[in-house]
Amino acid sequence: MTESSNQNANVVAEQLRSWNAKAVVEVIEFRGETTIVVPRELLRATAVRCREEGALQYNLLTDATCVDRYPHEPRFELNYHLVSIPRREKVRLKVRLSGSDPVVDSLVPVWPGANWLEREIFDLFGIRFNGHPDLRRILLPDDWEGHPLRRDYPVQGYRDVPNTGELFRKSTTT
Amino acid sequence: MTTVETATGAAKTMVLNMGPQHPSTHGVLRILLELDGETVVKAIPDLGYLHTGIEKSCEDKTYSQAITLTDRMDYLNPLGNNLVYCLAVEKLLGLEVPKRAQYIRVMMVELQRISSHLVWLGTHAIDLGAMSVFLYCFREREEILKIFEMFAGQRMMTSYIRIGGLSVDVPTGWRAAVERFLKMMPSRVDEYEKLLTENRIWMGRTQGVGYISADDAIALSMTGPTLRAAGVPYDNRKYFPYSSYEEFDFDVPTRTESDCFARYLVRVSEMRESLKIIRQALGKISNEGPVMAEAPGVIPPQREKMKTEMEALIYHFKIFTEGFSPAPGEAFVTIESPRGELGCFIASDGSPKPLRAHFRGPSYINLQALPKLIEGQLISDVIACIGTIDIVLGEVDR
Repeated sequence: MTESSNQNANVVAEQLRSWNAKAVVEVIEFRGETTIVVPRELLRATAVRCREEGALQYNLLTDATCVDRYPHEPRFELNYHLVSIPRREKVRLKVRLSGSDPVVDSLVPVWPGANWLEREIFDLFGIRFNGHPDLRRILLPDDWEGHPLRRDYPVQGYRDVPNTGELFRKSTTT
Repeated sequence: MTTVETATGAAKTMVLNMGPQHPSTHGVLRILLELDGETVVKAIPDLGYLHTGIEKSCEDKTYSQAITLTDRMDYLNPLGNNLVYCLAVEKLLGLEVPKRAQYIRVMMVELQRISSHLVWLGTHAIDLGAMSVFLYCFREREEILKIFEMFAGQRMMTSYIRIGGLSVDVPTGWRAAVERFLKMMPSRVDEYEKLLTENRIWMGRTQGVGYISADDAIALSMTGPTLRAAGVPYDNRKYFPYSSYEEFDFDVPTRTESDCFARYLVRVSEMRESLKIIRQALGKISNEGPVMAEAPGVIPPQREKMKTEMEALIYHFKIFTEGFSPAPGEAFVTIESPRGELGCFIASDGSPKPLRAHFRGPSYINLQALPKLIEGQLISDVIACIGTIDIVLGEVDR
C-alpha cells in the first residue's frame, strides 16, 4: 500500500463525508486500491459529486462491472472504476445489491459512456438500471434465457447434457 | 444480435443493414443505418456475433489456465492481454516480478503495439482505397511475428507472459533479430508516410471526417489514440506506469484536430515512439538473470529442481492440480493497449479459481462513440470512422 493511495482514500472519503455523512458506508484499502462503498440510494448523487467537485474531478468512467457473491447476501456488487485525468488518481465506487431486488440508478445521465457498460451488466447479470435510455441485451440474443455470469448459471449452460454417470453405472451392472 | 426499432418517423429515410459480414467492419459487426439520401440520420451498432463467454470460462479455470483464454480476446494484441491479466493476478498475490522480466515484457508489448498499428494502418488504408499500403504493412508485421515465434514458439497466441514473469527465457540470437528490426523499421514508417500523409485522396477521405470533441470523448469513456487525437494526453504508460514504464523516456503524441487524419498521425507517431522504447529496452535487458519471480506454491518450480527436490515436486503437483489461492480481495489493473485503456478486474474469494474476471476492452467502449462520429455524415465516411476507431471484434464481444 503506497502512501499516495492512502492520501487519496482520505481525500475522497473526507470530501464525500463532508458533503453527505451517509454517502460513505465503508472505505476499503487493498493492494493500494481505494474502494468507497456507497449506499444504493445515493449512487447517482455521489457519482455527480465525484465528477463535479473541484477537489475530486473524476471525469472518466473507465469501467463498470459486477460481481456475484452467490449464495451470500447481498449477492451483487457493482464496481464503478473512475479516473481523474487532471489529478492522476483512480477510485472504485461499490454498491451492494440484494438478489431479490437488483435495481440501481443508471449513471448514463452522469457519464454517457456508462450506456454499454450497464447494458452488458444487465445482459449478463440481470441487474436493472433506473433511467437507462436503452436497456436491452447487448452481447446475447434477445430471446436468451437467464443471465450467464450469475454464479448459479452453469458453465455449460442450461442444456440436456447426457448423464454419463448413469451410462457408466448401466454398463458395469450388465 | 438483436432486433431494433430504427424508424424515427422522417418521411424519406431508408434503413440499411451494414454487416455483419461486411469487409470494412473488420469482423462481424452489424450496423443499422438510417439514411436520408446519402446522409446518416441514425446509426445503431449491433454486436455479440463473436461472444464466446470468455469471462465465464475464466471462472471455471485456475488462475494460470485462464492465460490462454486472454490471448483470444484482442487477437491483434495477445501479449497485451496476457500482460494485463498477469499484472492483475500479481497484484492480487502481491508478487514482485524481476526487473529483467519487466523489461522483456515492455519490449514485447511495444513490438505488439507496432504490429497492431500496422494491421490497423493496412486495413484502414485498404478500406479507403489505398491497396499498396496494406501489402507493405503486412510485410513488416511478418518480421514482428517472426520475432514472436522466436521467443514464444507461436506467432499469434503466444501466452508468453505468465503470472510472475515469462514462460521461457529469451532465445539465442534474439538481440540480433530485434536490432535488425529496429534498423529496418524507421525507414519503413517513412515509406508509409510518403504514401499517405500528403496523398490528396487520403487527406480528402480523412481530414474533417469523424470529429469528436475532447469533452464528448471523455464523457463517452473513449481512451487511446482516439482520445489523444482530441488533445488529451491520457496514456496509462505515463499516468499509471506499470512494468517499469516510468524508467523509459518517450513522448505521448497528441493532436487537436480530432478527425480521422489526426488519429492516423497519432498512431504513426506512436509507432516511432514504440521503436524508441524498444531500443531503450534492449539496453536495459541483461543477458543473464531470472525471468520468473521466486514464490514457492505460486510459481511452478524449475524442471531440474522438480526432478531432484522433494519439496519442489510437491509444489509442482499442487500448482498443476489444485492451483494457488490468492487472498480474498479485488484488483483492477489498466494498461495502454494499442487501442486504448485495457483493463482487467479480478475478484478473488480465496479459492484457486477467480470469483470474477472482467476485461475492460477498449474496442468495446470506443465503439460506443461510433454513432456520435457518423450521424450527420455521409455513408462513405462510415467506413473511415469504423476504421479510425480501430476495433477488434474479438475484444468487443469477448
